[in-house]
Amino acid sequence: MAMKLKDVSREEHLSLGNLACAGCPEMLGFRHTLKVLGKNTIVINATGCLAVVMQMGVPKVPHFHVLFENAPAVISGIDDALKAMGKREDMNLLVVAGDGGTADIGLSSLSGAIERNQDFIYLCYDNESYMNTGGQRSGTTSFGARTSTTPIGSVTKGEDRPPELKKDMVEIVAAHHIPYAASASIGYPLDLMEKVQKAAAVRGPSYIHCHSPCPTGWGIDTRDIVKVAKLAVTTGCIVLYEMVDGVRKVTKKVSKRKPIGEYLKYQSRFKHVIGDEEAIAEIQRGVDENFEAMMAKMSA
Amino acid sequence: MGMEKYEKFVKDAKDVLTYPPGWSLDNKTGAWRATKPVLDHERCTECGLCWLYCPEACIDSESFDIDYDYCKGCGICAEECRPGAIEMQREETGEGA
Repeated sequence: MAMKLKDVSREEHLSLGNLACAGCPEMLGFRHTLKVLGKNTIVINATGCLAVVMQMGVPKVPHFHVLFENAPAVISGIDDALKAMGKREDMNLLVVAGDGGTADIGLSSLSGAIERNQDFIYLCYDNESYMNTGGQRSGTTSFGARTSTTPIGSVTKGEDRPPELKKDMVEIVAAHHIPYAASASIGYPLDLMEKVQKAAAVRGPSYIHCHSPCPTGWGIDTRDIVKVAKLAVTTGCIVLYEMVDGVRKVTKKVSKRKPIGEYLKYQSRFKHVIGDEEAIAEIQRGVDENFEAMMAKMSA
Repeated sequence: MGMEKYEKFVKDAKDVLTYPPGWSLDNKTGAWRATKPVLDHERCTECGLCWLYCPEACIDSESFDIDYDYCKGCGICAEECRPGAIEMQREETGEGA
């Protein structure tokens, strides 16, 4: 049953006065996630923006900042310890990490924790580069995007990895036969909250990949964050779907996709392609191919 | 951040690096704001979208009053407000500080 705005918990689990940039999408997504999981939650935060801004007692739930590479290992230990003490019931274990900590550095640890069938929720905030350290490219950076390590100049024109080689984390995790995996977006909070609810109900590992446009790193006006997040979905850059026991289902159907230029024009990391029809067509081709390939996998 | 409070905290916490919940409340982030959201209650339909989309959670879920002590002025509420009841005004006096 679809979640409604009136069903959303009024309880806040984050204190005011955090150090996140104005308009930070991670704060938005984390706030909504904790609203669903409630106060009986232990949060393990891999290094990243969120770990930094959560300092000074912002979360009202137990929150630990660990390394990039070991967050799923730490949650495994907590899971086992709670089980041994007979206190695992009614507790939610959550790992939050960025795309760098998930797709690049922490991938082996995540793979191991899923393989051991530990009971936890893994939430990845995908802002498509290492924003906390100055915006270096990561395994999920979009084709053509400017980052501090893929600059625009006479030789390089932003990220040059072909769009089809971008790491698809949900599919990588799905290959582990995980009970629940989903992609989400901060632009659709009710959809995100519903997925967190389903992930919490699963016994065993669950994975949610949350798309989060970064105002600072992508060069977006802070007020347009939610709009850009929605455009990523309506242009088909990302597909919102969930996978329950291997069956994939689209949760946000897009019947008529908008042209990719609509999405790119808000972001200064794509400033060099604005007006360049050829470059936009190249990005559009990648998006189309990915979208078609993704749709072919869907069961419903 | 009050220096006295910090020193007391460090003394109490000894060498354990933990912060009690809500310790960040001293950090009044409203001082960061360049533009200020102003809600027109006449036009507000109380749909709750501004409350839902506020990354800081500084909009009240019942009255929709904005907490200017902590609002960073990102403007997402003004952008997402369907009836256009929230207007971003230039911050002149820096009263959030």
